[in-house]
Amino acid sequence: MFFLDHIWLIPLFPAFGAAVMFFFGRKLQKQTVSIVCVGMVALSFLWACGAVWQYQGWAEANHHQPFQKVMFTWLGTDTGHMNYTTHDGTLAPFQADAGFLLDPLSAIWLLFVTGVGLLIHIYSTGYMAHEGGYYRFFGYLNLFMFSMLTLIMGNNYALMFVGWEGVGLCSYLLIGFYFHRPAASAAANKAFIVNRIGDAGFLLGMFTIAWYFGSLRYVDVNLLARSGHFNIGDPIITAATLLLFVGACGKSAQLPLYVWLPDAMEGPTPVSALIHAATMVTAGVYMVARSNALFVLAPTSMKTVAIVGALTAIFAASIGLVQNDIKRVLAYSTVSQLGYMFLALGVGAFAAGVFHVFTHAFFKALLFLGAGSVIHAMSGEQDMRNMGHLAKKIPTTYRTILIATLAIAGIPPFAGFFSKDEILWQTWSSEGGAYRILWLVGFITALMTAFYMFRLVFLTFYGKPRMDHEVEHHIHESPKSMTVPLVVLAVCAVCAGWLGWPHSLGGSNRFEHYLDPVFAREAQVFQEEGKEAQLVAGEKEEKHTNPLEYGLMFLSVAAAGVGFGLARRYYAAADKGYAEPIEQAAPPVYRTLQNKYYVDEAYDYVFTGRRKIGDVRLGAMGLGEASSWVDAKVIDGTVNGAGRITRLSGKISSWWDKWIIDGLLVNGLALITHPLSWFARLLQWGLVQWYALVMVVGLVGFVAYYAWR
Amino acid sequence: MEALGQISTLHYLVLAAALFVLGVIGVLTRRNVVIILMSIELILNAVNLNLLAFSRLYGLHGQVFSIFVITDAAAEAAVGLGIIIAFFRNKETVNVDEVDLMKW
Amino acid sequence: MQPVATTFFFYLLAGLAVLGGVLVITRRNAVHSALALILTLLSLAGLYLMLYAPFVAGVQIILYAGGIMVLFLFVIMLVSIEKSQKEEQFNKLWLVGLLAAIALGGLFIGVYVKGKALFPEAKVVLEEGNNTQGIADYLYGHYLFTFEIASLLLLVAIIGAVVMAKKRI
Repeated sequence: MFFLDHIWLIPLFPAFGAAVMFFFGRKLQKQTVSIVCVGMVALSFLWACGAVWQYQGWAEANHHQPFQKVMFTWLGTDTGHMNYTTHDGTLAPFQADAGFLLDPLSAIWLLFVTGVGLLIHIYSTGYMAHEGGYYRFFGYLNLFMFSMLTLIMGNNYALMFVGWEGVGLCSYLLIGFYFHRPAASAAANKAFIVNRIGDAGFLLGMFTIAWYFGSLRYVDVNLLARSGHFNIGDPIITAATLLLFVGACGKSAQLPLYVWLPDAMEGPTPVSALIHAATMVTAGVYMVARSNALFVLAPTSMKTVAIVGALTAIFAASIGLVQNDIKRVLAYSTVSQLGYMFLALGVGAFAAGVFHVFTHAFFKALLFLGAGSVIHAMSGEQDMRNMGHLAKKIPTTYRTILIATLAIAGIPPFAGFFSKDEILWQTWSSEGGAYRILWLVGFITALMTAFYMFRLVFLTFYGKPRMDHEVEHHIHESPKSMTVPLVVLAVCAVCAGWLGWPHSLGGSNRFEHYLDPVFAREAQVFQEEGKEAQLVAGEKEEKHTNPLEYGLMFLSVAAAGVGFGLARRYYAAADKGYAEPIEQAAPPVYRTLQNKYYVDEAYDYVFTGRRKIGDVRLGAMGLGEASSWVDAKVIDGTVNGAGRITRLSGKISSWWDKWIIDGLLVNGLALITHPLSWFARLLQWGLVQWYALVMVVGLVGFVAYYAWR
Repeated sequence: MEALGQISTLHYLVLAAALFVLGVIGVLTRRNVVIILMSIELILNAVNLNLLAFSRLYGLHGQVFSIFVITDAAAEAAVGLGIIIAFFRNKETVNVDEVDLMKW
Repeated sequence: MQPVATTFFFYLLAGLAVLGGVLVITRRNAVHSALALILTLLSLAGLYLMLYAPFVAGVQIILYAGGIMVLFLFVIMLVSIEKSQKEEQFNKLWLVGLLAAIALGGLFIGVYVKGKALFPEAKVVLEEGNNTQGIADYLYGHYLFTFEIASLLLLVAIIGAVVMAKKRI
């Protein structure tokens, strides 16, 4: 149980690396920086593997309880001196552990965060080799790993919040890594500020939980939530879960807080891969999955999650159809896939959502790293309109990206097929079909996904070369440190899905069974609730019938095929000035999509106030202007009025001071004292010898007096 | 010759008084602060002579006291001369009557 | 009955001491004053010997004539004597000071003569052989506390002198 007992070391390894970079990084060689930072993450990964492996044995013997390791109380006390009153009037200690929790859910996150993180660290040693601030970059990356591991390994909401803010900070630092570029620092600010909105939701949700349950530990909260004391649809729990979901929306880029993620692509590409695709943005999914016991008690929240997820999925996918920046396509794809995950969570298919997080981590990290490799080859060019015909020149990158594209498009037997299909099937079948409209949304999204991904592949790797001769001349395959992680990730993108091979295709869906200790009960509760809903609706229960599942499977594969076909038709032979099919079919739609539904502009009008509606400015800046007006007219007017009164009274008191106090009392007394003190002043020579003379004369006097008295 | 020949304690006391008066004159009249310090040494030595003359009458305590007086003289000389150096550095003079900062 | 030499040496040494004292307070050149002071100190050391105080006499020579006077000479070297030599040597009230001091001296002598009868005639026996031992017994016995205070005083004086003389602390 060595690894399990010292599970706290897993986040501390990268923390150590970050500390070394912080204190000594400037003086270290690039090679040393690489060894320390990559080595620390590798240690974390190995340790995590060891801990998860030992957890299996431990769980067998302990009824699949979560493993907990509490180091100390870092917030509040455990002595009972700081108690607060919960909603039912009992006292609860104000306390949060520095404690670690390992169960199947956090084990999955632990493995892919450290694993994908390790690969991306290795990739970064190649990608960032010629960049300034090498140690700074790796220091931030290690700090991010520490925060992310704290987030997923904490045993209470407060510690999760620490990690949550930590990853937000690292995200900010890394988006703004090229801080001399105004766009990058603006994007960093945007990410940070938008995330604050979500974080406020998380905090309020956390406080609500503390107030309602009297504890922030997952174990305590889950125990109470499952105890049956609370009704399904309890308003407080609904409020708490909705607030938590606001936090998840911020971190995982869901409507309406997704706007920061596409802009976050200003950061270095490995950062986009690690933070904004594979790990950090799934923190919201993790949080919702971690709170599953609460969410099943709040059907309203579940519906909200599902609807927001589905809408985000199709919304982002539709924007992705027309973007030309290779990283932005991937960014919108990420938002869209995150929407899928929330859709799965919302319909109660927690395991399917987590499964999609797992597979998505590999193929989306692979796509971003591949895109980074392409950008590297193209000397920094990110616009797909200026690419083309790269398949032969950078074959490894091409093949790995193709695998990832097949995976995300949902072509069997690649990873994305299993997870996405599971989500669509669960959406179709849960609650007796109440969510079928969402299934349709998901289905259309799948089609769009296939289309924009193959559009990316065709525009980048096929067609005629559309770049400058200068750039074309420099195209080269990336170094080994970059291609090896690509290949490893490609293997994972192929194989990761096999863990969740569904029953209907003769598999055993090991992944879902692995998560059973976390989700099984909740899934059951949810389905029973669904049954009630069905009874009300008077519908029959939808059987988990194989023919239908096969049909849906076929449909989604067919959708992927249609997307592939369309993309091939329009883009396979794209030359300079090629035509966008959507633009030709419906120019207004194209413009709307190209401008991302004008959401940023709308936010500028309504929330930030950077744009005016007529002469009226709304939002934060409008508030600022209004308060500036109030300040200038009302407050300053009051201040000035008070100032005038003060000046008047000052004049009076000045006159009084000058003539009565100074003139009569002070100077008058001094004038009297001056002549009176004439004799005393005479004695003050200031010369030491004269004083000594007086002393001697006095001595003579005294001696004479005593001698002859 | 008897009175002159027999050296009594009184002789020593008169000598000590003479040295004391010389020291006082130095302190009161000289302008050079170094010489004033030397005059103070003279005064201290007059006191020492008194102590030793009385120790001839009353025992060793006077001698022990004169040791302490010499110790004090050493301390006084060290500090006094330090003050002179600081004084000279600031005023470029060693004349004591040019220091009249105590006068308002 | 004392030997005649005692009388002679007393007057010789007393004369030298007074001469030295006069020179100290009258010389223009501070170095001359210092040398005159050394003369006085050495004469006094001789007188101490006559008073059966060989240890104090030794201390007088070593510490005073040797140590303190060297210190004086150093300081005279540090301050410029050329300038002060050309200036007025006595202050404005020199006559008053002189008269006051002489009056004081006259008073002293008057008091001594008047109170002469108070002195005990019998002198204590001071053994020259164990004079140092006797002083040491008192210093480290009866006057131990005073002795420690004196050492503390010296420490303070050392620090004070360094602080004063240093240009910049």
